[in-house]
Amino acid sequence: MTKLERHDRLIRLGLLVVAFSAVSVLVVITVFIIGQGTPIMFKYGLKSFLAGQDWYPSEKIFGLLPMIVGSVVVTAGALIIGVPFGLACAVFLTEFSSKRLRSIIKPLIELLAGIPSVVYGFMGVVILVPFIRETFGGPGFSVLAASVILGIMILPTVISISIDSLQAVPPAYRDGSLALGATRWQTVRMVLFPAARSGIIASIILGMGRAIGETMATIMIAGNAVETPHSLLAPVRTLTSNIALEMGYAAGEHREALFATGVILFIIIMILNTVANATSSRRRR
Amino acid sequence: MIPLRLAPRLEQKVAQTALWVFTLATVAVLLFIIVFILSRGLPVLSLDFLTRNPVDMGKGGGIFSTIIGTLALTLLALLVATPLGVGTAIYLTEYTWGGPVTRVIRFGAECLAGIPSIIFGLFGFILFVTKLKFGWSILSGGLTLAFMLLPTIIRTSEEAIKSVPASYRQVSFSLGSTKWQTVTRVVLPSAVPGIVTGIILSVGRSIGETAATIFTAGSALRLPTSVFSSSRTMAVHFYILAREGISMPNAYGTAAILVLSILGINLLTYALMNRFIRKYK
Repeated sequence: MTKLERHDRLIRLGLLVVAFSAVSVLVVITVFIIGQGTPIMFKYGLKSFLAGQDWYPSEKIFGLLPMIVGSVVVTAGALIIGVPFGLACAVFLTEFSSKRLRSIIKPLIELLAGIPSVVYGFMGVVILVPFIRETFGGPGFSVLAASVILGIMILPTVISISIDSLQAVPPAYRDGSLALGATRWQTVRMVLFPAARSGIIASIILGMGRAIGETMATIMIAGNAVETPHSLLAPVRTLTSNIALEMGYAAGEHREALFATGVILFIIIMILNTVANATSSRRRR
Repeated sequence: MIPLRLAPRLEQKVAQTALWVFTLATVAVLLFIIVFILSRGLPVLSLDFLTRNPVDMGKGGGIFSTIIGTLALTLLALLVATPLGVGTAIYLTEYTWGGPVTRVIRFGAECLAGIPSIIFGLFGFILFVTKLKFGWSILSGGLTLAFMLLPTIIRTSEEAIKSVPASYRQVSFSLGSTKWQTVTRVVLPSAVPGIVTGIILSVGRSIGETAATIFTAGSALRLPTSVFSSSRTMAVHFYILAREGISMPNAYGTAAILVLSILGINLLTYALMNRFIRKYK
């Protein structure tokens, strides 16, 4: 083996170690969050954590059900608002718009992804919350407000991944359908959507992950009351808000309970990631 | 019952109009946010606002220390994340061809990209702030941010390296260079604009990050003096100003700076991307 070959082999090894950095970070995060959060879950019982209705950390009552429901409801709301708009934009930009128009609108939508979540939350506070309060009544800080803002926030994710998967459909499909006399919209509905289905589903799942994981915007507009919401206008607290609101001053078992909240959030996210990963890799094959 | 079916041509018209309206609405929301923030924030901005430290919890004065805090945090995060991210990208593109190892690495990066920032915040808090005793500091915040940025840098660098034409490598090999020489002297220099784009995008992300930095870098308003000082970032400052109603004008001013930086960053990446794409097409 020459010196150069040895040198190259060393570099290869070094790069392999570096390449594992992302995986190691993931493992370390998993170990720390689970290590910090699970002992208290087992101490007070998994059932009381997952199904408990009350959250009184000072009295050592840690029920996360209202927050779990809160996260699910707000995420569902975000999808109901964000997915139709997102898919419409994606279809419009890939199939109906001129190249020029696309080159203007696409960067604008990417800009939407760059706006900090605190700014979205702030817009919710100064525009949307007062609007809801005056139009529909209630405190304004509500499931509805959070759903709308989160719906806007997931748009870039849904749009960009849907565009990718629509563009990945072989042009022959599109041309064939048009040649048979189908209209553009029929082509979209009957050919492109089925062909791009897994990518579109992946985009929705990733959008779901963004909505469920969003913290700052939710804290600012959801109202944060620990109660299971009974209407769209009721305030709600999500898992993420629960962590961020109390982390600043929590200590002892209270802090551990917040980590337990993190564990539940983490598990949900990992399931979503794995599903999204599986659907999009099926597409690749 | 009358079947709900429209004539295909009519259906096409309806669908096309609906898609137009939806897209227009999306763009309108975006423009509204930007115009709203800038129209209220720009009048607050002045040289003083940018160069003076906050006074009285942010009621008066400017945002100088939070700008410095944001820059320090971002710089530290990039110093850690860039070599790791670019190294990973080189390994994935130049040194392996699929296989289980690559799949594990890709899966790790994709999962990491999906983890919400509050989880990073929790993790950074427990590892850097308490276990390693860095306290609320630029060091803790920067390292936490570095982990968050890693997937973005890996992905963008990978794409940049992949788009370097194979012929470049073949020529380099045929001249007798080793793999590493080819990578460092031929592939990387050609991929630099793409890699830089990823780094700039990460800057945007770290400027806007709040949940992960508030629990790791803390919220001190003093000008940071070392990596062990706690420092508030602009985004955290804006959050606190707005949430506690300390000063709405200053909140709008800070938001305007945030939005302007994001606008600048997007314009810059866009320009770079276009140049990069043109070069290899």
